[in-house]
Amino acid sequence: MRMLLNSPGTVVADALRGMAAAHPELDVDVERRVVVRRNARDGGRVGLVSGGGSGHEPLHAGFVGYGMLSAACPGEVFTSPVPDQVLRAAAAVDSGQGVLFVVKNYTGDVLNFEMAAELAEEDGLRVERVLVDDDVAVTDSLYTAGRRGTGATLFVEKIAGAAAEEGAPLERVADLARRVNAASRSFGVALGACTTPAKGSPTFDLPDGELELGVGIHGEPGRERRPMMTAREIAEVAVGAVLEDLAQVGPADGPVLALVNGTGATPLLELYGFHAEVARVLAERGVPVARTLVGNYVTSLDMAGCSVTLCRADEELLRLWDAPVRTAALRWGC
Amino acid sequence: MRDAQFFRRWMTVAAAAVEREADRLTELDSPIGDADHGSNLLRGFTAVRAALEADSAASPGAVLTLAGRTLISTVGGASGPLYGTLLRRTGKELGEAAEVSDDALRKALYAGVGAVAQLGGAAPGDKTMLDALVPAVAELGTSYRAAADAAENGARATVPMLARKGRASYLGERSIGHQDPGATSAALLLGALADVAEAS
Repeated sequence: MRMLLNSPGTVVADALRGMAAAHPELDVDVERRVVVRRNARDGGRVGLVSGGGSGHEPLHAGFVGYGMLSAACPGEVFTSPVPDQVLRAAAAVDSGQGVLFVVKNYTGDVLNFEMAAELAEEDGLRVERVLVDDDVAVTDSLYTAGRRGTGATLFVEKIAGAAAEEGAPLERVADLARRVNAASRSFGVALGACTTPAKGSPTFDLPDGELELGVGIHGEPGRERRPMMTAREIAEVAVGAVLEDLAQVGPADGPVLALVNGTGATPLLELYGFHAEVARVLAERGVPVARTLVGNYVTSLDMAGCSVTLCRADEELLRLWDAPVRTAALRWGC
Repeated sequence: MRDAQFFRRWMTVAAAAVEREADRLTELDSPIGDADHGSNLLRGFTAVRAALEADSAASPGAVLTLAGRTLISTVGGASGPLYGTLLRRTGKELGEAAEVSDDALRKALYAGVGAVAQLGGAAPGDKTMLDALVPAVAELGTSYRAAADAAENGARATVPMLARKGRASYLGERSIGHQDPGATSAALLLGALADVAEAS
């Protein structure tokens, strides 16, 4: 396995150095692993802090900036950040209006952010947390760790970020974030495993001619392995699973935000082709699509594959989605 | 009675065991997790070793709370807070005494394991580190070696289990047939305790 790196042990720090060099509008603390929007405290806004394991770029550091995150704390590859990092990020962005933690539902992320929230509150910060758990491939019962947080993270961070930028108070930013999560569902497919720099070989073995359905974003296998399918068949399964679950949210007549996400090693040529099938399935089922993103936003290192995330959006969510955003990986309207 | 030196040795021997077994822990974490348990714990215990060298923690309780705090600050993932809580809570239970009895250590570890169960919301049978820790503390009254053996057997007994907590739970039925990496590293920690107790 050949990788473009100096050494497996420095991969996160090296990426942060590169990010700092490319984006002077960000304050990048390479050693402590915190990426902060420059002048994050100006304007008396609610702070938005997110984070998680590295290896999902551009999530989350790529979404730090105007109209989105105030700070991100990248952990080791596929490993959540430690409480010290989260606490530093919270302190760097709090302007007295409080801080919202956007946390994906993985045991490690939940525990580390929980510890950080306790410490932050001891320091006198007001903290709210939103847990993103949109992955329909996971049965959410008392007997699992609950649904994983995947693509909906981007919707939550964008919409909550827009509300914070407008000056909404902490409770309202948190409510909106929870609303977006509740209205979002995702389903992922892997056409190949990924290779973590530390391990140097694929995390699971996927023979030629097979694919994994219902994968997460950490190179963990999915719930089911099947013979290879066409883009059309995959879109039927993924969109079908998402819509079936989304039906719990309410009647299916409203428009959706759609994210067709690449997991790292699938070219845009294939992603757009796949999106054509996603759009076709949605049209066939009478689901109007208000906005669409196609690209690599929530990746899993070099995993080949894709995921579909849909969010039921009312007028308010659409307005906040359209609000200007200027980050390394997402920008429009300014 | 066990003094701070005993607890320093426990942490050092545990760090050596993690170093020796890091690749195996990561291998176990590949099919049902995300292939980093070994490297994460190695980073944490290397930091524990350095923290203990730099700090004059003079009581058993102080040694374990420092080790726990260091793991929380360096490991990340679920194992950082869980192992950190195990050692911190055990250390806090031991208080500030310069020496502690085996009985006090047994009770403290029991409290530490309880704190882990509460934090992670898991129970024995969920295919987690508790499947090694719970049988181990039950055997502490017999001997440290009996506890270590119980942890080892507990780790092996996770193979046929269906994971209900942590990342392996996302695999559902497919988590069956693999030994849990967390239970395996917990057995290393108990094995180190038995080694140090037998050598002293």
